[in-house]
Amino acid sequence: MTIFDISTTGRRATAQAPLNIANVDDLIPKALQRSQETILPEVSELEVVRHYTRLSQKNFSIDTHFYPLGSCTMKYNPRGAHHAASMPGFKQRHPLAPLVYSQGYLSCIYELQEFIKDVTGMKGVSLTPMAGAQGEFAGVAMIKAYHLSRGDFVRDEIIVPSAAHGTNPATAVMCGFKVKEIPVKSDGDVDLEALKQVVTERTAGIMLTNPSTCGVFERDIETISKMIHKAGGLLYYDGANLNAILGRVKPGDMGFDVMHLNLHKTFATPHGGGGPGSGPVAVGERLLPFLPTPIVGKQHQSEKVTYYWLTEKDIPQSIGRLSAFMGNAGILLRAYAYSLLLGRDGMHEVAEFSTLNANYLLKRLEQAGFKIAYPTRRASHEFLISFSREAKEYKVSAMDVAKRLLDYGFHAPTTYFPLLVPECFLIEPTETESKEIIDAFVEAMINILDEIKSNADIVKKAPHSLPVKRLDDVKAVKELDVRWESGKNS
Amino acid sequence: MGMIPAELKYAKTHEWVRTEDDGTVTVGITDHAQHALGDIVYVDLPEVGDTLKAGQEAGVVESVKAASDIYAPISGEVIAVNDELADNPEMINNDPYTGGWIFKLKPLDVNELDDIQDSDVYKEWCESGDH
Repeated sequence: MTIFDISTTGRRATAQAPLNIANVDDLIPKALQRSQETILPEVSELEVVRHYTRLSQKNFSIDTHFYPLGSCTMKYNPRGAHHAASMPGFKQRHPLAPLVYSQGYLSCIYELQEFIKDVTGMKGVSLTPMAGAQGEFAGVAMIKAYHLSRGDFVRDEIIVPSAAHGTNPATAVMCGFKVKEIPVKSDGDVDLEALKQVVTERTAGIMLTNPSTCGVFERDIETISKMIHKAGGLLYYDGANLNAILGRVKPGDMGFDVMHLNLHKTFATPHGGGGPGSGPVAVGERLLPFLPTPIVGKQHQSEKVTYYWLTEKDIPQSIGRLSAFMGNAGILLRAYAYSLLLGRDGMHEVAEFSTLNANYLLKRLEQAGFKIAYPTRRASHEFLISFSREAKEYKVSAMDVAKRLLDYGFHAPTTYFPLLVPECFLIEPTETESKEIIDAFVEAMINILDEIKSNADIVKKAPHSLPVKRLDDVKAVKELDVRWESGKNS
Repeated sequence: MGMIPAELKYAKTHEWVRTEDDGTVTVGITDHAQHALGDIVYVDLPEVGDTLKAGQEAGVVESVKAASDIYAPISGEVIAVNDELADNPEMINNDPYTGGWIFKLKPLDVNELDDIQDSDVYKEWCESGDH
C-alpha cells in the first residue's frame, strides 16, 4: 500500500503547512508555474507517521534482526560515527567554499587517507571513487595506465578465479581487457597448475578476493604473487572481504599492487542500503603516479600546516577525476570517526571477532549435521554450507530454508552464491553479534532441519508469518513493475 | 538427475549434443542443469556466423537464482540459434531436449565428439557428486 491509497480529499497536516502563503506570482514568473494540479497525498501528520512506521516494521534490517548475509558484512554501524559525521560544521560546509574554511574537513580526510594506508599496507590512497564498482574500475584503469606508460602494449588479459565476485570480470571487460577464468580446487584455493597455464606475456594482472568468496583464506597468495610479478603483471585486491583481515593481514604485505575498500560496509556505513557508497583505492609504489584525483595534500607553510587539493597538475599521469568533490563526504567522515573510535587495536579486534564468530557458528552447524562446503578449512569471516543432500533426499532447496528462516526472525544468509557450491548458504555473522544471538540462529537452523525431515511442506511453503508470502520470482523478473501511477490501482 | 536420453552426448558443463542427419550438431542444456538452475528468465544466444572453439563460452542462461555460461561442447561455426527462447526462455525448463535447444553448430572436427561423454558416463558423473 502506498501513501496515496490512504489519501482523503482535503485532509492536511496543518502543523507542517506554512502559515502565510505569499502571492505565487510575486515569487515565480507565470511562465515557470505549473498548469496542472500537483498529485500529492492528502493525509494528516499522524497518518504519515503511522504509514511509514508500519512500512519500516515490515522490513528486516540490521536494527531489528540478525542479518548474516554472506559477502555483505551486515554489521552494526555505530551511531556515534554517524553523529560525528553529521556535526553542523561538516554538514554546512559548501564544497566550493575557499580552502581556508575547509581546513577542518580536509584534515580529517587527510588523516583518513593515512589510516587506510596503514591498515592496508599500501603507499598511496585516493578516496575519490564513489562506490566499490568505481573503485575496481579505477584500480584496473591504473593497471592499464601503468603498462601503457612503460610502452608495454601487448598485455590485454586479466586473470580472474572462478571464486571471484561477479564485478571483477565485469571491471576487466569495462577497462578493455579479456578475462581469463581459472578454477579453484576442492579445498577452495586457486588451482596453481591452471594459473601457470594462463600466465603469459599478455597478462596485465590478476584480480583476487582474499579471503575468497568460498570463505577461506588463499594460502598460496605468496606463490601467486611471485608468479604474476615475474610475468610482469600486477595484483588487484578486491576489498569486499576486508573485514576478515582488517589490520591483521595487509594486502600490501601479500604483494598486492592495488586494491579498493568498501567503506560502506567495513567502515561504519550500512551496506546494501542502495547507496550512497564509497570505494577508495589504495596502491603500492608502482601505481602511485596514476591515482585518480582529487587527493588531499598536506603542506607546511611558515610553521603552519595547511591542507589542499592535489589535482592533475600535481599528479600528471593520473587516470583522472572520478567524482566532483572527492566522493561522498559523509561516508568518508563516518569512516574517519569509526577509525578513531576503534583505534589500531580495535581494528584488529574487528578481524578477530568476525572470524571467531564465523568459526564458532561453522562448528556448531557442523555438529548439528549440516554439510560444510570446505570441511577441512578454517572459516574466514564467512563460510559456506550446502543443502545438496536435503535437496536430493527431501526436495527441499536452499531457497526454501532461506524463506523458513524468515519465520524464525532471521534474515536469510546469501543463497546460491558463489555458484561453485550447489544449494549453498554463504553465512557471515560479523563481529557485532553476541554468542546468544548466534546460538539462537543455530537453534532455528536445527529446528528447520528437523522440519525438513518430518514435515518438509512447512519449509517448502515458507514464509508463513510475513506480510508477503512466497513471491513469483519469474513474474518479477519478466514483468517488472515498480512504478506507481495516479488513478491506477496499486 | 532428471532425464538423460541415451542417444545424446553430454559435456561435463551440462550441455547435451545431438548429431543430426546432415552432420550438424544441436546443443542445449540438460534436464539436470535446468533443474539445478531453476526458472530460466533470460537466454543470451551466440550469433549465427560465430566460430567457437570447444569449451569456449557460447552464451549465458540466466535463472532467478543465477547466471551461468553455456559452453560450446565442440568447435564449429554457429549456423542457427533458437530465437524463440528470447520470448520464451522457460522452454528450456519445460522441454530441455527438443523445444529448448539453444544453438546449432557445423563441426570443424567431428572427432571432437569422441571426447564428450555418453549418457551412462554423464549419469555417473552427475551422481558422483555435486555437479
